[in-house]
Amino acid sequence: MSTETSSGTGPDQTKEMTIREAIRLALREELERDDDVFVMGEDVGKFGGVYEVTGDLVEQFGEERVRDTPISEAGFMGAAVGAAATGTRPVVEIMFSDFIGVCSEQIINQMAKNRYMFGGKTEMPVTVRTTEGGGSGAASQHSGTIHTWFAHFPGVMAVAPATPASAKGLLKSAIRSDDPVIVFENKQIYEQKGEVPLDDDFTIPIGTASVEREGEDVTVVATQRMVGESLELAEELAGQTSVEVIDLRSLYPMDTETLVESVKKTGRLVIADESPLSYGTHAEVATRVMENAFYSLDAPIQRVGVADVHIPFSPALEEEVLPHGSDVEAAINRIV
Amino acid sequence: MVVLDIETEDGQREALRRMLTIRAFDTKAADLFSDGELPGFVHLYVGEEAVGVGACSALESDDYITSTHRGHGHCIAKGLDPDLMMAELFGKANGYCNGKGGSMHIADVDAGMLGANGIVGAGPPLATGAALTSHLKGEDTVALAFFGDGAVAQGQVHEAINLAATWNLPAVFLVENNQYGEATPVEKQHNVQNLSETAEAYNIPGFTVDGMDITAVYEAVKEARKRAADGEGPTFIEAETYRYHGHFEGDQQPYRTEEDVAIWKDRDAIESFKRRLVDAGTITEDEFDEMKAEIDQQIEDAVGKAKDAAYPDPSEAYEDMFNAAVPEISDFSSGMRADGGEDR
Ligand SMILES: Cc1ncc(C[n+]2csc(CCOP(=O)(O)OP(=O)(O)O)c2C)c(N)n1
Ligand SMILES: [Mg+2]
Repeated sequence: MSTETSSGTGPDQTKEMTIREAIRLALREELERDDDVFVMGEDVGKFGGVYEVTGDLVEQFGEERVRDTPISEAGFMGAAVGAAATGTRPVVEIMFSDFIGVCSEQIINQMAKNRYMFGGKTEMPVTVRTTEGGGSGAASQHSGTIHTWFAHFPGVMAVAPATPASAKGLLKSAIRSDDPVIVFENKQIYEQKGEVPLDDDFTIPIGTASVEREGEDVTVVATQRMVGESLELAEELAGQTSVEVIDLRSLYPMDTETLVESVKKTGRLVIADESPLSYGTHAEVATRVMENAFYSLDAPIQRVGVADVHIPFSPALEEEVLPHGSDVEAAINRIV
Repeated sequence: MVVLDIETEDGQREALRRMLTIRAFDTKAADLFSDGELPGFVHLYVGEEAVGVGACSALESDDYITSTHRGHGHCIAKGLDPDLMMAELFGKANGYCNGKGGSMHIADVDAGMLGANGIVGAGPPLATGAALTSHLKGEDTVALAFFGDGAVAQGQVHEAINLAATWNLPAVFLVENNQYGEATPVEKQHNVQNLSETAEAYNIPGFTVDGMDITAVYEAVKEARKRAADGEGPTFIEAETYRYHGHFEGDQQPYRTEEDVAIWKDRDAIESFKRRLVDAGTITEDEFDEMKAEIDQQIEDAVGKAKDAAYPDPSEAYEDMFNAAVPEISDFSSGMRADGGEDR
């Protein structure tokens, strides 16, 4: 299932860019492609967005379509839901995923439920972009990784890019989708570079994982920042342990097939994600693998994440709680 | 400790001292941040000193305040110790939050400071809650919420004021209108001329005062506190002020010019208060210079002490989640570091 679609008319070219640039490119292309698409959030216009992702978009598309809001997450998230139900395609930026606390009602009881409650008689083409993750000394209210809440919640799709290409491809799929999709962008990897297809119809189907590196001894299923760190580790361990690294990419729906196939081959699984462990994304990956590849498992599944605490401010503490490649290595050592 | 009551000469000097302390503390924080010495974000209060100090001088020492992401000034105005604040900014073990909170979360609940806050608009409901405690327990404390003009666009702020008004609670809602929420000017966020007009919706008094004039702030809060303590419910005060620094340190400020800032600096609150005290003979120029030098030294010392202080032990990261112990935290944290699985 891990196939990239590249069906459009554009040339088969790629360009090296950062994740930040890839997201901006996706937004630009979709704003150009469809007049119903608009971007809305706090200081997304002239100021260029919280991590300068929207950048100069306002210059090209104007203040109506790259719309600054007051600090009213509940209000504009709800407005996005209402606007989507009536014929537009809002792309909402919530500066930090922690602030989704302020506007969860509109996500949980409106965005996620309306289509079902109305007997399928409404569509909900809302895209929410938000930032996650620790590592910048921003303390507990600006560092959370909360994607499990929404991957868990019926009626919301959730994706989490780890590379520039997937950042572009997933966001474009999200915007084109008639269903609500939340895109969780880890703020530590905005500067990470990679080749990105320039085709303006390049998308990555939501619900597909990607095998980023093939291996024989152990499967590491990772998300966001942990993908890059796991790939580096796999390179270091090459010759010693052969590590297969899968970028989960889509948290819900989840590409169970790709995960299961891999574990059937390697017999061992480490799951690396920055969420707190209890009831986390790890648990869902582990369960699906156990349900479908239990007899292929040669060792207990290992989880690498945050030990059910918030992200503390002090660098000494923050470093302690955040998962890293070294934790993935320890997990591999426990089972290989 | 000198009582902060600006109706006395001692109190006036103390108010001036606190304003100077805020400015010295935050100016130093700016330098430290640009030198890469402070982790995270810092949002500075320079320019807004008269609001925090004017308000806190109208409060009793056991009253409560709630604060914002721009909280250093509120802390100092409420009498918190700059040494322990600076230690917190560095993430040191002896800081107010043992290094767990940092600039945006300094709190000293025992001193009535219910926390700086990283969530815009989250403070006012907490102040309503503190006022509810005081009501339920028949205490005579009052709770004052500091919040920004930007926060006035948050639903929970209005819910908090409506609750306090409907329940007639001893609360004061003080908006620091520094003209911007991040990069967005106040007129692009609100459809009213003065934010205090929203008070009408709750049928409570609303005033707009000059936030560059400590006396104006003091008098408005004094009256509001009296109403609250007399059982007459909350008051909504808007103080017009200005932040001299960017929204956060590192902000390029494309949304305003140096001239815009200069207009407000000409009305600097510390300068004008000092002038009044000098004219009244409460302080001499020499005494002022001495006070300022002393404060600058105090802040230098605070930095020195903070730098020398120890970081928390990494194991502290797993403390403080609950009052009770839960097995998950220790099991997960040790399990993830372990070399070999027990099942092997
Ligand atoms: C719920 C929430 N939304 C957005 C932010 C990001 N943010 C931090 S400060 C700020 C501006 C706040 O403006 P204002 O209330 O006027 O306070 P000021 O910074 O001017 O003191 C914003 C948007 C946040 N911290 N919390
Ligand atoms: Mg403001």
